[in-house]
This record gives sequence, structure tokens and C-alpha cells, in this order.
Amino acid sequence: MPMSAAEIEALIKASLPDAQVTVEDLRGDGDHYAATVVSAAFKGKSRVQQHQMVYAALQGRMGGALHALALQTSPPQD
Amino acid sequence: MSNPVFERIQADITENPVVLFMKGTPMFPQCGFSARVVQILMHMGVKFKGVNVLEDPSLREGIKQFTNWPTIPQLYVKGEFVGGCDIVTEMFQSGELATLLDEKGVEHKPAAA
Repeated sequence: MPMSAAEIEALIKASLPDAQVTVEDLRGDGDHYAATVVSAAFKGKSRVQQHQMVYAALQGRMGGALHALALQTSPPQD
Repeated sequence: MSNPVFERIQADITENPVVLFMKGTPMFPQCGFSARVVQILMHMGVKFKGVNVLEDPSLREGIKQFTNWPTIPQLYVKGEFVGGCDIVTEMFQSGELATLLDEKGVEHKPAAA
């Protein structure tokens, strides 16, 4: 079952409550998404660790129900 | 680490300076994300070993657990996980990938100015 952009956003926000999440459905097929996640929890973490935190939030759906999610993560700029 | 698949992965990333776990082969990638990382490495003139996870279902699952990373491709440099397609692309564009290869003593072509 494909996932909706709202579901993806909700799952990410459930584990990273401060996150600003933008999810874009790249092809309109509910299967290829791009997400940008900005959260203070990413401070001091490597890119690999930041992505692992988002994958953990998605609870194993990445690579399964979610075939393609291009990810960009960063701590807030200020 | 008694898992034979983990042992095989560990041997691959220890014996080869740059290893790409991918779908298909460097000459015939079978997934757009794998193809993009191959393109970046070839563009940079980096010698790498491509490991086709589609040839072995236990490797395809094993590499995800080994790295704690849910997707393929996965790039390793000198035994260290660098990232998947998004991270490698971002690092290539920002010049960080060239810096990392320099730091690790991996030969590559100078970036085109």
C-alpha cells in the first residue's frame, strides 16, 4: 500500500515534534516522495545519523511501503 | 558477528577502498538511484567495487541490517559508511565528497572548475 504525504509527515512529527516537514509527491503516484526535514534534534549529528533518525521515525516503512523518499535534513539555520 | 553475510560485507569493505552496494552492476545498473551514484563515482574517476545485491537475497537484506540503513545503494569508503544516493549526491555537489576522498587517501580526478 502506498503512503500519503500526510501520513509520512505525521510519522516524522510523532518522533521529532519540533520538525518542520515538507513532503512533496514527485509523480503524484503516492510512491515517489521528496521530504525536507528541519529539526533542532539534528544539531551536532552527521547526515547519516540525521537520515537514520527520520528512517527510525518511519518505523521500517522506508524500503517497504515507501519505495522512494528523497531526503534532505538539516538543523534550523539561525 | 557470526552472521556469514555480515562477515562477507565486512571483508568486502575492508579489502576494497571504495565499495558500492547496488542494484545491478556498474555497467548495467538496475535502479535509478544506484545508477546516479555510479555516475558520480565514474565522473570523479574513482575506482570502486560494485556489489550487486540482486544476485543474493541474503545480502540484499543483510546489508540493510549491517548498516542500519533501509535502502540501496550504499557507499562505503575505507570501511566507513558514507551514505545513500541523497547524501552522496549532496556531498558531490558541495565538494564534500572530494574532500572526504582526499582525507581517506582515495585517488580521484580533480573536480572540474
